Amino acid sequence: MKNKNRVVMDAEGIDRSLTRIAYEILEKNKGLADLVLIGIRTGGVYLANRLQSKIAAIEGVAIPLGILDVTLYRDDLLKTNKKPRIGKTDITCPLDDRKVVLVDDVLFTGRTIRAAMDALIDFGRPRLIQLAVLIDRGHRELPIRADFVGKNLPSSLWEDVSVKLTEKDGTDEVVIEMDSEE
Amino acid sequence: MILARKDILGIKELSKDEIVLILDTADSFIEISTREIKKVPTLRGKTVINLFYEASTRTRTSFEIAGKRLSADTINISASTSSVVKGETILDTARNLEAMNPDVIVIRHSAAGAPHMLASMVKQSIINAGDGAHEHPTQALLDMMTIRAKKGRLENLKVTIVGDIAHSRVARSNIYGLKKMGAQVTVAGPATMIPKDIEQMGVNVHSSLDEAIKEVDVIMMLRIQIERQHQNIFPSLREYAQRFCLSKKNISLAKKDVLVMHPGPINRGVEISPDIADGPYSVILDQVTNGVAVRMALLYLLTGGKA
Repeated sequence: MKNKNRVVMDAEGIDRSLTRIAYEILEKNKGLADLVLIGIRTGGVYLANRLQSKIAAIEGVAIPLGILDVTLYRDDLLKTNKKPRIGKTDITCPLDDRKVVLVDDVLFTGRTIRAAMDALIDFGRPRLIQLAVLIDRGHRELPIRADFVGKNLPSSLWEDVSVKLTEKDGTDEVVIEMDSEE
Repeated sequence: MILARKDILGIKELSKDEIVLILDTADSFIEISTREIKKVPTLRGKTVINLFYEASTRTRTSFEIAGKRLSADTINISASTSSVVKGETILDTARNLEAMNPDVIVIRHSAAGAPHMLASMVKQSIINAGDGAHEHPTQALLDMMTIRAKKGRLENLKVTIVGDIAHSRVARSNIYGLKKMGAQVTVAGPATMIPKDIEQMGVNVHSSLDEAIKEVDVIMMLRIQIERQHQNIFPSLREYAQRFCLSKKNISLAKKDVLVMHPGPINRGVEISPDIADGPYSVILDQVTNGVAVRMALLYLLTGGKA
């Protein structure tokens, strides 16, 4: 097995991307009125937290933040015997007529985002839903695209894109890992 | 950690890790019941049959709601309105239900071991909702979930179970579970209601309520099964209440932040006084709320593609 891990984004790169996305969110929405950030477990939650701080640093106001676990809405749950652990969903602010920005670490097939949108609709009727991701690695299986992208990273299906964050991995970096079998 | 088993028949068979997995999953399910739309699509197309040979309000409703909140189709069969009254055996009933391809069968039966027999005969997942005086695993799981939520842990807590220990499946399942999770368990009741050799389950025994609840973190009161009164296991309800009713008089012996639990239905003034059942220590209704989440967790963990 060859170890072909490749760092494609370091801590500074991640931070700069998030700063830019924070500004883009404010620009596109003409301010922060009615904005709500929803982080998708688990990576998306940490990124949503960071975006909340960055927006607060720019505008002086912390916009509401929710946590969403999409597991129960996945389309492959009944196809597997291994039941993924369910994390807690915590959305306390009403979503009716709000502008919701979904936050995730990697956009890949789009199936997670489909599940997330289905879940959000159960909480209310947002005025609009936007999507912010740190990495867009392509290979969509559903007609979904992101509104805010940290980095477009064309990848092969044999590679694994892993977003490491200090909050859970002790370091900030994006790594491309080759699948070992070749 | 996955729950790699077909059935949930008792707490005795579960490992500590499995219990923790179930409780953690149940914790995450609590939130769904607080939503405006209390439903997730997870078990769409799955069928859950509640087969109840004994009366039940809480457990049957709880399983039904749990299934519905996960989008499963739930069907209730109670013995009194089914072919059981025509003399059909439990096995024939189960084989017929099996032929309709459900995914989970929840069963309550007055005979200990009935769910185990079914589990070995049909391919569906079986969940024991109470079998005789044997086990009531979902009750013990919801009790442990409630204690853990209020106290933050189960380890090293002092828990006392009071009442007819000998005939209580709730007590047995809780003793198995609480011991596995590292709690210290004491049981108390009239001598006729304490099984011989109960100490072998690793519990302390007291015949005085005051002694048994001294400085404890949790008091679990069991329902006195008034229907068993004719069996001469206790002289009169009045005498039982005088010696074992949890009330303002004795509750102060326990820790200041004691939790008072009861699996329901309660006999007010017999095993528990109304001011305690409705008072600040009581978590009786939290138990009911958590019961739905525990049963959702089990349905989620047991069903899946058998690929």
